[in-house]
Amino acid sequence: MTEISAGQAWRFRAGAAQIGLLKKLSEAVAVSGDEGEVRAIVMGQIRDHVDEVHVDALGNVLATRLGRDAKPPSPKNGTRLRVMLAAHMDEVGFMLTYDDGDGIYRFDLVGGMDERQLAGKAVWVGRQHVPGVIGAKPIHLTTPEERKRALSLDVLRIDVGPGGNKGVKVGDRATFATPFARLGPSLRGKALDDRLGVATLIELLRHAPPNVDLLAAFTVQEEVGLRGAQVAAYTFNPDLAIAVDSTPAMDLPAWDDEEQPGAGRYNTRLDGGPAIYVADGATLGDPRLVRWLIQTAESQGIPSQLRQPGGGGTDAGAIHLARGGVPSVSVSIPGRYAHTAAGLARLSDWQNTVRLLHAALSRLEPEVLDEER
Amino acid sequence: MTDLLPFLKSLISLSGLSGNEKPVRDQIASAWEPLTDELSVSRLGSLHGLKRGNANEPRPSLLIAAHMDSIGLMVTCLTHGFLRVTEIGGVDARVLPGQRVTVHGRRDLPGIIVQPPAHLLPPESQEGPVGTAHLLVDIGLRAGGVEKLVRPGDLVSFAQEPIEIKPDLLAGHSLDNRASVAALTHCLDELQTRAHAWDVWAVATTQEEVTLGGARTSAFQLEPKLAIAVDVTWAKSPGSPDHKTFSVGKGPTLGWGPNIHPGLHKAFKDLAERLEIPHAVEVMPKHSGTDAISMQVVASGLPTMVLSIPLRYMHSPVEMVSVKDITRAGHLLAEFIASLEADFMDRLQLDENP
Repeated sequence: MTEISAGQAWRFRAGAAQIGLLKKLSEAVAVSGDEGEVRAIVMGQIRDHVDEVHVDALGNVLATRLGRDAKPPSPKNGTRLRVMLAAHMDEVGFMLTYDDGDGIYRFDLVGGMDERQLAGKAVWVGRQHVPGVIGAKPIHLTTPEERKRALSLDVLRIDVGPGGNKGVKVGDRATFATPFARLGPSLRGKALDDRLGVATLIELLRHAPPNVDLLAAFTVQEEVGLRGAQVAAYTFNPDLAIAVDSTPAMDLPAWDDEEQPGAGRYNTRLDGGPAIYVADGATLGDPRLVRWLIQTAESQGIPSQLRQPGGGGTDAGAIHLARGGVPSVSVSIPGRYAHTAAGLARLSDWQNTVRLLHAALSRLEPEVLDEER
Repeated sequence: MTDLLPFLKSLISLSGLSGNEKPVRDQIASAWEPLTDELSVSRLGSLHGLKRGNANEPRPSLLIAAHMDSIGLMVTCLTHGFLRVTEIGGVDARVLPGQRVTVHGRRDLPGIIVQPPAHLLPPESQEGPVGTAHLLVDIGLRAGGVEKLVRPGDLVSFAQEPIEIKPDLLAGHSLDNRASVAALTHCLDELQTRAHAWDVWAVATTQEEVTLGGARTSAFQLEPKLAIAVDVTWAKSPGSPDHKTFSVGKGPTLGWGPNIHPGLHKAFKDLAERLEIPHAVEVMPKHSGTDAISMQVVASGLPTMVLSIPLRYMHSPVEMVSVKDITRAGHLLAEFIASLEADFMDRLQLDENP
């Protein structure tokens, strides 16, 4: 493996352009199965920086950026590795399922969400972002007994106003209507899971290391079963893969305020840097790749953390099982409050994720896979 | 004429939690300044706008009240860079998780109300709604920064921006009761070109959501002959019972019950019918839930009336109201004021056939 000194590494810093792109990505409505709005942004961002790009049957954006050194492509040693990077374009959200009449719709959840996060929120319906709300019965008309029960999907509705709206119909998708914003050192927005990953891949394609072939998969339907990643991995047939996602940071104080936040079960912590996965509910990360990432972070002085092994999963869960198997690992930007109206991540954690991946790819040699797993 | 939609949007973009109404009061004062003869602020912070009538002195006066305060939260403590909060006014904790808020610390700080993961909650809160005491507010700053900028007692208001659902429909927080402040403003606008005998005290009251104290003290100080509370009422919406709710867009409601003077109710009802202003009668078997509660029993007592604007999802950050209903409420109020003759009180009767 090539060693690069700390001075050589790309010190990525997000400027106004990157923050503007994150805002556009975060505010796009792209619920699983309807990723078109994000797909269009991605295509516009990467078209001039890749050797080939196409949209597959499910809607994945599959972009190839070949290495620029003289080596021929793999699989033989001494050649360039074909590295798949995956970030999912879709987000959890809602689908309108039944027209109650006069602008009121029943809806269902697409992807894993907590029903207790829904009431009293503004929503955008469809790609036109038609405004609506998920209301709640006035507190004055509720009983104390009633308030002990969560407001469930059975009683909640999406309301686009009396008289309805011509731009809204059953089958449309909706998301929380949350403007993206900077909060001091933090980024606040919906769908940071996984638009931060999408933005990471865009940066890596625009600043691609010359020593590897990058196979970037902007995937669909991750939140409903890793469907896009499964077919993307088959198509790309890569030597190895990295899923870039956002994973919960649960570094919050406990109810009794006794434990220091981040003690015990925290999954990841903000300010800890990119989270490297050893194991989650869907993938046992390839130990060779885990070592490669940790060594890179340590040698480059890039903050990083190990995601606490546990449940959950990323696109790597589908990718590592493609064809005869793909050595895979996941790296995530830690983010609080995923799958709610407003998530929170640190800009520095995102920057360090881009830096770590860029540095790791830059020193990647085929020998990384020489040792048997 | 005040353009009501942008005015109302500006009102619901400002904070004004009960007891701390100054930010919204300043905005209302600037709208009322050209519409009134005198403006003043009461000892408890209510805004008094006087528009003089043309009857001979001593002229009778009436008080039209709309509360400008709104519900919200207050910081109770800081914990590891997060805030804990309590409610100001009636807040259903079930609408809080995921809400964007503004923490009014040493400067205004955007934040999010968060529901901690189950394993960080007490066992009884891990399923079902999480009470306000166990929610947290995250302002995105590191712990040291939070401690410099926030302390217990700081106010926390909803940050939901106004949403123009349709040209006539506005959604947002604090439409209870800024919608009625807009109705009073529309009434004052109409009175610019209408002769009226009585003096009019337009009052944007404080603390309705907690003690009704603003209306009570202003009604005492101003000594009106009549008091009319303008507030919002429950609109038909998913989950709300049909028999207690009114349609958005079909006009204001006229209160009826022990909190309402029957003769005043009749005067409004007759007027609305004569002018063909869409309206509904809202029966209030016990009290009205408005400033009329405290104004009715001020000093030796006042004849009171309640005019209400139907509003969906009351006390949530996405309350929804029809601007047309606001205009109608303001119009009806202006017509009533213009119809008042100097001797109206002599003819106002509790019983139709005494």
